[in-house]
Amino acid sequence: GRRTMMNADLRRERAAATFQPELLTHILDGGAERTRRRKEIEALVLNDPDFQHEDLNFLSRSQRYEQAIRKSSLMVMKLREYGIADPEEIYWFKSFVHRGRPEPLDLHLGMFLPTLLTQATPEQQDRFFMPAWNLEIIGTYAQTEMGHGTHLRGLETTATYDPATQEFILNSPTVTSIKWWPGGLGKTSNHAIVLAQLYTQGQCKGLHAFIVPIRQLGTHEPLPGITVGDIGPKFGYDEMDNGYLKMDNFRIPRENMLMKYAQVEPDGTYVKPLSDKLTYGTMVFIRSLIVGDSARSLSRACTIAIRYSAVRHQSELKPGEPEPQILDYQTQQYKLFPLLATAYAFHFVGAYIKDTYRRISGDINEGDLSELPELHALTAGLKAFTSWTANAGIEECRMACGGHGYSRCSGIPDIYVTFTPSCTYEGENTVMMLQTARFLVKSYTQVSSGQRVTGTVSYLNDLSRQRIQPQHVAARTVTVRINDPVSLVEAYKARAARLVEAAAKNLQAELNHRKSKEDAWNRTSVDLVRASEAHCHYVIVKLFTAKLSEISNAAVRAVLTELCLLYALHGISKNTGDFLQAGILNDAQITQVNQRVKELLAIIRRNAVALVDSFDFHDVHLGSVLGRYDGNVYENMFEWAKKSPLNKTEVHESFHKHLKPLQAKL
Amino acid sequence: GVNPDLANERQTASFSVEKLTAWLDGGAEQTRLRRAVVEAIERDPVFSRENQYFQSQNERYEAAVRKAVHLQKKMHEMGWSQEGPESKYIYRAVAGDIAFLLHRIFMRSISVLGSDEQIAKWIPPASQYQLIGSYAQTELGHGTYLQGLETTAVFDVTTQEFILNTPKISAMKWWPGDMGRSATHTVVFAQLYVHGKCHGIHPFIVQIRSLQDHSLCPGIIAGDIGPKMNFEHIDNGYLMLQNVRVPRENMLNKFCEVQPDGTYVRRGSQKINYFTMTSVRISLISSEAVTPLMKACTIAIRYSAVRRQSKLKPGEQEAKILDYQTQQEKLLPQLAAAYAFHFIDDYLQELFDRGYREIQRKNFDTLPELHALSSGFKATVTQYCTSGVEICLRACGGHGYSLLSGLPSLYTKIIASCIYEGENTILLLQTARFLVKSFMAASTGQSVPPSVTYLAAVKPSKCPAKNKSDFLSPDIYTEAYQHMAVRLISSTAAKLQDLIQSGVKKHDAWNRCTVQLAQAAKAHCHYIIVKNFAEIVAKLESKAGIQKIMKHLCDLFALHGIFSNAGVFLHDGYISGAQMDMVTASYLDLLAIVRKDAVPLVDAFDFTDKSLNSALGCYDGQVYQRLYEWARKSPTNKQISPAYEKYLKPLLHNTLSKL
Repeated sequence: GRRTMMNADLRRERAAATFQPELLTHILDGGAERTRRRKEIEALVLNDPDFQHEDLNFLSRSQRYEQAIRKSSLMVMKLREYGIADPEEIYWFKSFVHRGRPEPLDLHLGMFLPTLLTQATPEQQDRFFMPAWNLEIIGTYAQTEMGHGTHLRGLETTATYDPATQEFILNSPTVTSIKWWPGGLGKTSNHAIVLAQLYTQGQCKGLHAFIVPIRQLGTHEPLPGITVGDIGPKFGYDEMDNGYLKMDNFRIPRENMLMKYAQVEPDGTYVKPLSDKLTYGTMVFIRSLIVGDSARSLSRACTIAIRYSAVRHQSELKPGEPEPQILDYQTQQYKLFPLLATAYAFHFVGAYIKDTYRRISGDINEGDLSELPELHALTAGLKAFTSWTANAGIEECRMACGGHGYSRCSGIPDIYVTFTPSCTYEGENTVMMLQTARFLVKSYTQVSSGQRVTGTVSYLNDLSRQRIQPQHVAARTVTVRINDPVSLVEAYKARAARLVEAAAKNLQAELNHRKSKEDAWNRTSVDLVRASEAHCHYVIVKLFTAKLSEISNAAVRAVLTELCLLYALHGISKNTGDFLQAGILNDAQITQVNQRVKELLAIIRRNAVALVDSFDFHDVHLGSVLGRYDGNVYENMFEWAKKSPLNKTEVHESFHKHLKPLQAKL
Repeated sequence: GVNPDLANERQTASFSVEKLTAWLDGGAEQTRLRRAVVEAIERDPVFSRENQYFQSQNERYEAAVRKAVHLQKKMHEMGWSQEGPESKYIYRAVAGDIAFLLHRIFMRSISVLGSDEQIAKWIPPASQYQLIGSYAQTELGHGTYLQGLETTAVFDVTTQEFILNTPKISAMKWWPGDMGRSATHTVVFAQLYVHGKCHGIHPFIVQIRSLQDHSLCPGIIAGDIGPKMNFEHIDNGYLMLQNVRVPRENMLNKFCEVQPDGTYVRRGSQKINYFTMTSVRISLISSEAVTPLMKACTIAIRYSAVRRQSKLKPGEQEAKILDYQTQQEKLLPQLAAAYAFHFIDDYLQELFDRGYREIQRKNFDTLPELHALSSGFKATVTQYCTSGVEICLRACGGHGYSLLSGLPSLYTKIIASCIYEGENTILLLQTARFLVKSFMAASTGQSVPPSVTYLAAVKPSKCPAKNKSDFLSPDIYTEAYQHMAVRLISSTAAKLQDLIQSGVKKHDAWNRCTVQLAQAAKAHCHYIIVKNFAEIVAKLESKAGIQKIMKHLCDLFALHGIFSNAGVFLHDGYISGAQMDMVTASYLDLLAIVRKDAVPLVDAFDFTDKSLNSALGCYDGQVYQRLYEWARKSPTNKQISPAYEKYLKPLLHNTLSKL
């Protein structure tokens, strides 16, 4: 049982909490009913002997791949057997089966099938969808190349139409054009949706998607003209066969181009698609998932580090007294609690984007795309902001666990290496920040020319009213009350306004000096990224604050208010330069902010364990000896270590091979 | 051939790379020696690291043992000795990927802590590898806080033996390198009990494995602690002792001894122990922190000069990513930091040598300062370098994530340096204790060690800079750093005093100020690093070409620090908002200037392709070709995975269509 033999420190921590963790869990899940359903699915997976296996830390890469394939195929079968079809429920099921790790069918399920649904013609769906649904066809999505990632227009793979045979001829003309990184491409897939520059009638028509068979059905051998394989070991993603694909005059029928929107007619005539804004929708959706993932990954790391810090005793605080829990040290609290607050903030941001997307996706289907540009710009920035912060935060949690955090038994190394690619995929973060900046500058320019802007950037409207006065916008506006989240939102708003204005002005100054727009943009890009960060930071503080008023239970609201204040104040204390320089806060207020942060640490201390319990990660899912719910850390570290591959034999073979001869010789 | 994109970068260098390399090495003769050692090692296939990224933990361990054994042979062949000038280059050449590193610590601890008889008994067989040693200090339950260790050694007068025990699970030795599988002996740190009285932590030589068949000795439970983020080649181990008896002579007794009747005698100064820690902390800065950062910069900067992405000007070729301001902002400050830390390492080395000479004359006066500096710089530099390597990793986008980039293993290795030899936060607080003490002394007119005399010269003023070029004056920014350090140290000391005067207990007041104290310690180190860099540059007058670029790097390092910690400089108005805008402008200008010499500046570190072991960082810049060829050698592409026959085939052959 989960609650037997609990470590005494953790029991005491839990007893002292001022709120019921279950209630907070319900809020995070989106209602008690959702929590119930999540736990039901969790139990389905965790009680299923088919999904049991040895600790993955002790397996080689190819063994991990093999386990993942085994579980994935069972997973697909069981999902259908249980009739689980809701995307969120599928996500839960999958993440319990694979314990939050990627798996070789990710791209098949997450990209290949959905792309068929959205971009294939009815005829193409007839040919490909059911076989793919039944996994006779396993597909991946081959976009990234060795030489190009986020900058899609630079992709070099070509698909040249040959009207004589009514085929496309696919080629990887350079080394840099080799498809590189797609998950499931190396060993698993027999088909790929390949993005290539379309050439027809001697003209390049830009990137289009093609269904390309890559391995022989039956033997699974690569087809003639196809070179395919695994790209080798990575930081993480051991169970994923990220692959390469090189095509040499490989021919596919005309009907293999995905032609729901753009088309190539038999004679080679190209028919343009209607709008490309539609793809925004998918990007918004995927980026919203990354924001949620940032929150979850950081929450897992916080759970491990905070529970371990409650169990670990070290050194002395008061002479003569027993060694205190390391969670009682101010420096430890300062490392962990702001991250805990951040994890909560990101949960609410992720939920907000998901809801917004759901709300407006109806409009999108009806062709109303008016809200999309803003949402697209906002999610680009939030994706970058949250993944950067979580990436660094996970590492801080690991470092806060000292030496033991470095062992794979802590589970944090695995969380980190699994999470860190999200700073790069689905849009490299710096590029994402600059996309948001482009929108901010555009909005600023609109305001300057007398138009009004709406949505999250509406604070820029205030700039025009203040234009008459010569100083910086923010310098005179707010009187900040440091214990009032609403007032802190105003402070963040003023900071964002100031940095957007500064970046826009610097950009203008560069433009006045130089010929090229691109050059001016490049020379301002550090300022522009700062402006985007400030904007995202403001949105997050605002959303967290807004969430507080929705919470009915007073005890839960109280503790979340503390976290919200900590999040906002800590953010100020880490960026005091911006607030001081803009005159939003003065020296004395900054000192107060720093002081208040430390007081909040002491206040949050008593609920720290309950706050991570509320994330409700099952031990199996957490995969950490240090973060175990029962806190029995040391004995289980020993049990874990005994299973290490180096311990398989009492005397390691190296002794006989190398050591003994050495001793004999010298 | 060399990729033209890299060749171009080299043609426009503003200085002689070869001269800079020689200067960094400490003379052309050193460069020559280093290259000879590196070449001899790299030519030998046993030391090859090409397959390292493909190997399992077992294979890595075996390879490390094989290399360690082979190195003995090699050294003999080449006529190299442990004490010779080649020694430090050997370690650099094998990139630390070798076993028995703890064997050296074992020997060093006996040499430092053992009596002459003990040295005579243990050192000769150890240097002949007739026994393999380890160093067992850290336990499952305790690391940096040594007094908390729980292993016991009880003296038994009747048999003249110590009885060693692991009384509880948290007392198990945990982490010592070479101990899981290799070591036959280890130095165990245990609480010494004589006649029921505890005398604190002492070192004991304990045999753990048979010298005949390598099986575990009676009463010993030992093994490998399992996979870690890195160091797969090292068998970090656990050790449990159950009534293990060792003779009285096995306690290292240069400074403390238990006499046959159980009388406990202490001789000499305990302070010398601090000296050992100090020496280890200083010695790791260069090899474990600065070198990896230099490698990471080399890889990321060369790759950024080869990778082209998107267009800066319509109609032109895609731009090198190194031409993007945001990419420069990520990488160039790390490059400047690598240089800054190289120089601070020289500074510490010199300080240490001076201190060592004093200590040999039995003068321990410099110890507190040395100890404080080594703690603070170990923490500051390892932390900075770790985040620098991580920035380089992320700046390489997707390809940085491949092990073949070399960056993930640099990163996972360097992060361990933030923990070992003292957890960084704790080390910073040790430095802070010294700073607060020195500040109090200085403010009452007492004399203080040279590195902190600046604390006495408090002059509350304003930064005199009038325009952005003023911030390129070392006096201006060094003073800003000094002012900031003094402010943070004095305000924290004042806060501490206030709390104590208001009745808060001393230890409690200390804990309540620790966040500020750690920040103050970092500020102090940052100031010294900037100041030292500026002084080095000033002394370079004779080497005009090099001085110019070093001056740019020094400015860049200093201004990046102000730019990214703007708040602490703005706080009391020392730097005004308008001045901060000048700092930013100057800083961004410098990025564009240093950009021009970025590739020559990493070339000057003079790492061979083999030592970088990176597809992205190779000297010739043939990045994509290498990545492709190397990936094809991955075992995943050579061996047939059982996964296809067992799982994929049934899957593809329609088992699901029944559904």
